[in-house]
Amino acid sequence: MSEVVKKATRESYGEALAELGEKYENLYVFDADLAAATKTGIFKKKYPERFFDCGIAEANMMGVAAGMAATGKIPFASTFAMFAAGRAYEIVRNTIGYPHLNVKIGATHAGISVGEDGATHQCNEDIALMRTIPGMTIINPADDVEAKAAVEAAILHDGPVYLRFGRLAVPVFNDKETYKFELGKGIKLIDGDDIAIIATGLMVSEALTAAEELKKDGINARVINIHTIKPIDKDIILKAAEDTKLLLTVEEHSVIGGLGSAVCDVVSENIPTKVIKIGVNDEFGHSGPAVDLLKEFGLSSENIVKTVKEALGK
Amino acid sequence: MDATIKKQLEIQACKIRMGIIEGVYNAKSGHPGGSLSIADTLTYLYFAKMNVDPKNPDMEDRDRLVLSKGHTAPALYSTLANKGFFDLEELKSLRHIGALLQGHPCIHIPGVDMSSGSLGQGISAACGMALSGKISNAPYKVYTILGDGEIEEGQVWEAAMFASHKELDNLVAIVDNNGLQIDGAIEDVCSPYPIKDKFEAFGWHVIETDAHDFDKLEAAFDEAEKIAGQPVAIIQKSVKGKGVSFMENQVSWHGSAPNAEQYNQAMEELNKTLKALEGQI
Repeated sequence: MSEVVKKATRESYGEALAELGEKYENLYVFDADLAAATKTGIFKKKYPERFFDCGIAEANMMGVAAGMAATGKIPFASTFAMFAAGRAYEIVRNTIGYPHLNVKIGATHAGISVGEDGATHQCNEDIALMRTIPGMTIINPADDVEAKAAVEAAILHDGPVYLRFGRLAVPVFNDKETYKFELGKGIKLIDGDDIAIIATGLMVSEALTAAEELKKDGINARVINIHTIKPIDKDIILKAAEDTKLLLTVEEHSVIGGLGSAVCDVVSENIPTKVIKIGVNDEFGHSGPAVDLLKEFGLSSENIVKTVKEALGK
Repeated sequence: MDATIKKQLEIQACKIRMGIIEGVYNAKSGHPGGSLSIADTLTYLYFAKMNVDPKNPDMEDRDRLVLSKGHTAPALYSTLANKGFFDLEELKSLRHIGALLQGHPCIHIPGVDMSSGSLGQGISAACGMALSGKISNAPYKVYTILGDGEIEEGQVWEAAMFASHKELDNLVAIVDNNGLQIDGAIEDVCSPYPIKDKFEAFGWHVIETDAHDFDKLEAAFDEAEKIAGQPVAIIQKSVKGKGVSFMENQVSWHGSAPNAEQYNQAMEELNKTLKALEGQI
């Protein structure tokens, strides 16, 4: 068995910007003193004249990006999810969202897998915040291949986009040659009718592992990857609800306002279906190695397997 | 400034003030005080300075203006209507359901370069436009108007630091120093003074001027144009409510609309001013 390649999606983000910089001459990148961590430094090295460090001033950076977008250029504004969606929320809402400007927000270090930095930097509420902004597109890619495709899709989409990337290296499971990213379309990775596991971001590979485990026990779990959380793919969710009658959402985000809530919104209005949510419960994180934290907070294939078995009474 | 041109600008400013009163009266809400204090500046910019075309509001190399103190939208709207970006009649449905003119500036209104109103944010957007212009060697200038109370917002100083660091000499920030904010005199609420020293410390070239004298406004904006390598702040001493006697220097007129009687009195005063100015030409 070949060794699983692992890569952090923030790395994919930086590389994608640098690769796409040539094709899209109108692309500019902003950062707030975190270029080494968000990996926009890779773009900076290649295109220093199209990279602007705004210093530790995220609110201003979002406004500057908005102003630039208003002149027809395509700016990416990058910082940690905590500051992009949290600190700068109101600027993103009023100066990017309300005028519907073509700003791409590259938010890295999302979720609990930030690890040792602890609760102040573990943003588990960014999806919830961004979902409330009318016209905001939210993409949470699962691996390197998807993350790179998502960056180009964001460029091609006219309007504000929030891209969520992680710090932790995660398995690359998509095939670069055959993978196709369609904005707003979920991907059915494994078919099955006993339960549908709907996952996003780095939880998708955990869901895949869990489904393989469950199969050994005769449980056929459908696995759906929702990379675009807004607008969400209603069809794939409703089909799953219809076929399986039981949904399990898995996300590295608060159970309040994220993928789980979005799925509940869809099914409750159309085909009321039981939805079990795995995510960060209503609590803050704390320091520790990312891998251990993910296990502790139940964001693991083991917990997915356990939860599915309990739900199905097996 | 040529005396006839100056008189024409004064006439124009008076008409813009009448549009402000018309808009706020019909809306039964809004911010007349700070709108009246910037009426002359907007008149000067849109009728004597800026390269804009009402027939082509999205012209690529137009000069841009971001009204960072967005609550004074009635002044911007009245100026744009008088300039011909949209019909003057629109002012009467300001803030109404289904109206073109929203309570605060909205980018989808012809001539409005940026949505604004949440204080402290417009100056950042203006920085982004100015940076974009520098990158592309575009000939346009970017103007942004801030309230003196607004500069209590921390984001203003993030933007101020950014603008000087990036040497945005195509950016002019006008600080409308009428001295009053909702809760009272700015020095009593949370003093932003000394404003000049602060902007200078942030690396800006600062010009002080009188907001209600077109000769002085012209001198200030001409000087601003000559500055290279750094952004320019024009601190204009203004009178809140300028042009309507009972509104002048009254904090209560920051955010309230005149009743029918007050509306009539204000319009009568402005009409009188207009007639007098027209008689002088």
